[in-house]
Order: sequence, then structure tokens, then C-alpha cells
Amino acid sequence: MRRVAIVGAGLTKFVRYAQETPKELAYEGVRMALDSCEMKLSDIECVVHGTAPDAFDGVHMKGEYLSDASGAYRKPYMRHYVGGGTGVLSPIHGWFHVASGMFDTCLVVTEEKMSCAYPHPAGAFLTIFDHTTEQPLYPTLIWIFAIEMNRFMTTHGYRKEDIALVAVKNKKNAIDHPSAQLAAEITVEDVLNSEVMAWPVNRLDISPTSDGAAAIILAAEHVARRVTEKPIWIDGVGWALDTAYWCTRDLYYPDYVEVAARQAYKMSGIREPSKEIHVAEPYDPFTYKELHHIEGLQLCKRGESVQMLVDGVTQRTGNLPCCPSGGALGVGNPIAATGLMKIIEIFLQLREEAGKRQVPGKPTCGLAQAWGDLMQVGTVVVMRS
Amino acid sequence: MEITEKDVAHTTSKLRFDDIKKGKVLSVKWEPKLNYAWDNGPALGRYLAELKNGRIIAKKCDKCHRTMLPPRMFCELCWRPTGRWVYVRDTGIVNTWVVSYVDWKAGRLNIEGGVRPFTPAIIEIDGTSKGMGILHLLDEVDPWKISRGMKVKAVWKPVKERIGAITDIKYFKPVK
Ligand SMILES: [Zn+2]
Repeated sequence: MRRVAIVGAGLTKFVRYAQETPKELAYEGVRMALDSCEMKLSDIECVVHGTAPDAFDGVHMKGEYLSDASGAYRKPYMRHYVGGGTGVLSPIHGWFHVASGMFDTCLVVTEEKMSCAYPHPAGAFLTIFDHTTEQPLYPTLIWIFAIEMNRFMTTHGYRKEDIALVAVKNKKNAIDHPSAQLAAEITVEDVLNSEVMAWPVNRLDISPTSDGAAAIILAAEHVARRVTEKPIWIDGVGWALDTAYWCTRDLYYPDYVEVAARQAYKMSGIREPSKEIHVAEPYDPFTYKELHHIEGLQLCKRGESVQMLVDGVTQRTGNLPCCPSGGALGVGNPIAATGLMKIIEIFLQLREEAGKRQVPGKPTCGLAQAWGDLMQVGTVVVMRS
Repeated sequence: MEITEKDVAHTTSKLRFDDIKKGKVLSVKWEPKLNYAWDNGPALGRYLAELKNGRIIAKKCDKCHRTMLPPRMFCELCWRPTGRWVYVRDTGIVNTWVVSYVDWKAGRLNIEGGVRPFTPAIIEIDGTSKGMGILHLLDEVDPWKISRGMKVKAVWKPVKERIGAITDIKYFKPVK
């Protein structure tokens, strides 16, 4: 396998009700990525696109619809989709194309426009559930996440007021992110007093409905060295799916994230993740998910993530900064684009180009992770400078 | 290449939900009429038929010895055909639960107007293997008094109203 580097990145602002069409959002993300490394579309040999349910944009076969905007005209093009896990599967999918030797460059694009679904994109999810045993009960995603959060809390004895600190941290981090949709200085009380959606989930425990796009450019080593002095290497990749019989898993722990992480760590030669990973972007569509994923990623022992949070370890200035970008809770959550936003944050952090968000200590190894499908997929990428 | 405010200034958000509702924005309304007739297959078919009889039936794997709900023709862990059918009880324990103030479209329930929140739960059915839960609803219980491990029992629809569906069980209620 060949070494693969990220050499450029683009990220639109994340907003609710973007005026741009999904195509225009994707186009902007791609243009920014190409501009960032002074490459032209003609330098790109293939394109991969990650975008979540067609039901969001209301366009069936959304990959084809977005292909022109993604710069894929008459190029090899593939679309992939694993729900919320898509954005971190995207660079993995692109990595294959280059690592295999098939292509020297690959443009990776992710786009999501959730605001098209009316009155609320939540309704688009009913049909992901089993049509015979679950749909007749009208489940919603908020229920199943609340169900998982409750199991996580009752297993470890975690308190809502402690978990709320994730929202406080991430929304504050997002103040320094130019693409952020929901940056704010809030308190634990604000989270606890916000509208109850599905106890134990309150409104401020949830990331917003967002529109946005992100793109990165991958290159084989000989091209990467020409394009930039600061290539960031994709050093480990992992992804895994758990069973779709989600009610039969113990939801307190994401085994599939552990499987994916161990795969990526093995490839990257990481033995002690909590020491060797300097900065992480675990997927945080809900407050508890950041903690749930930190445990799955082996960044702490099971049942210790809340203490880590309370002790400030995951703050931007802590020993293991998590979601220095502001995460899905602060920057926003246009599903597939969120995962790639996290990859881009690690790219910038490892290049020490994250501006006010830069974590101290010259990080050289970082990780991004996403999660999705029926709470069953983990996608992990380890990156090094 | 730091990303700056200037780089992302092009993405604009001036629309509001109200603009769409009031028709100020060109929008397309389309009621999808996509009708599906899903086959249940042998495993879920028998499961539903037994629900109509007021009984819950599970299927066993001869290799990992799990008694599985919902019943399935193949064990997803052992990747082999499942074995015999076994009746399990219509009682169980609450594995985890939610007190939901929203419906499936994220629409708000009129809680202040006295509407009871939805209380969906994962229920581990007695007689199945440990952790073998199904999704269903809880009722006849104060939403704030539900607890992990609480014993519950199915409340069935009257025989005449049953159609062979998971909703033949109206909900589960606490029992001593
Ligand atoms: Zn088995």
C-alpha cells in the first residue's frame, strides 16, 4: 500500500436554511479545497462523494445529482453512505483509491442539506427502522439515542449535569470556528433547563439541523511532496458495523467503535491510544456520544470518560483535547459533512494552522471518528504530520 | 491555510421556516405515494401469527444457544440457520427507556395540555437469552417512576382487534 496524504481542505459555513442548492454547497466546498493547495480540477484523477440519506435533499440517487458539483464530470466517481458515519468513511474510501496505486490524486467531497426536508428532517428517518417489528411503533432517532444515553448513564452512574459539560465545552470551542452555526457561551444550567426532547436528552444535548459541505484532496506521496511542504498522512483507517438488531446489543458501550479503532491503531502502530493520540475529534451529535465514543476509542477506560471531562482533560488546553473544533454540537451537523469537518480540524491542528483553535504542544498524531446507521457503524481515521 | 471568516462568507442563511410556511419561498409539495407490501418471511410470519394468538414465540440457535427475539431464520452471530421454535413469556424487564416529549416527526406533544409523554423502552423478554430486548412502549406507569430492571407485562389488544402485528401488544405495564 502506498502512503496517502491530505494536501488541501475546504469547508463551507454550516447554517440552517442555506440559500444555496445542495450542488452549490458541494461546489463551494470543492473550490475551497482546490484553492487551498493551488490545485486545479484537471489535477484530480478521481472523485468520491459521501452524503447521507437521499431523503434529506429529497433527491433520489443524490450521488448522481451531486456529481457535477463535485467535479466528477467524466471522472471515475463513487458515492458511499453509512449514515452519520459517512463523513469519516469518506477519507477512507478516497484513501483506497490512492493507496491501491490506482490513482495519484482523489478529491473527497461531502455534502448535506438537511433543511430541505419539511417540516423536520427527523421524519425522514422512520423508514430506517425494521418495517415489521419497529415502524408500527413510530420510533424516532431522538428516542433511540435517548434510550442509549439512559443505558450509558444507568450503567456507569453518570449524571446529566456532568454530561452537559460536553455541550458547554464544544459550543464554546466553536466560537473560534468561522464555519460555526451554534457557537455560544452557555452553562450547565442552560443545558438542563433547555426544552426536554426525550428525557434524558434536552434540546442543548443535541446538535442542530444543518446545511453544509466539506472537501479534502488526497495525494500519493510523490504528488503530495510537490503540492505542499506540510502533507498530513492518513496513517490508520478502521470501520466496522454491529448487528442491525440494535435492541439486542448492550447499548452502554459501542463495540463497533472499538473494533474500528483497534483496526486503525494496529495499522498505525499505536499501542497506547490515550498517550499516543494528541488531539481527537470523536463524533458528538449528542453530548453523551462524545463520552461514549471516547470510551469506545480506548482513550480512557470504560466508565471514566465523565471524570476525564470534569477534570478538564478534554478541553482544548487539556492533555487530550477532544472536539477542539467545536464539534457537531457547536460547528453544526450537516451529517456527512460533519465527519469530514472533523478530519479537516485534525488536518489543520497537525499543520498548526488551526488559528485560535490551535491546541498547544505541537501535536503530531490525531484522530477523527464518526458513527451512524442504526447506531451500529464506527469509522476511524488516524492522521500524522 | 487557516480557514477564515472571509473564506466561508459565501454561505448564506437568510431563509426562515416561516418564509416556507407562508409560501414566500418557491417550494414543491409532493405527497409521495409509494406503497410497499412487505413479505414477512417465515420467521417474522410465525412471530406475528403467534402475537395474534396472544403469545410470543422465539427461535433458538443450536450453536450459540441464544433464544432470539424477534425470531430469525439465521443467526447473525454464528452465520448459520437457526433451530427450534420456543414460546417465551409475555413478561420481562426494562433494559433502558425514554420519556419522550416529541413524536416521530420531532413534533412536540402537548405535554402542558395533559398529553402523556411517550415512554418507549427496550424490554428484555423472560425466557429469551440475556440482553435479548425488543422495542415497545410502556404505559399505566408514572413516566418518572420507570426504572432499570423494572418488571413489566404485555397488555394485549382484545382478541377481535388483533391483526398479527407488533401492535397487538398495546404496551407493557409494570407488575410486581
Ligand atoms: Zn448462534
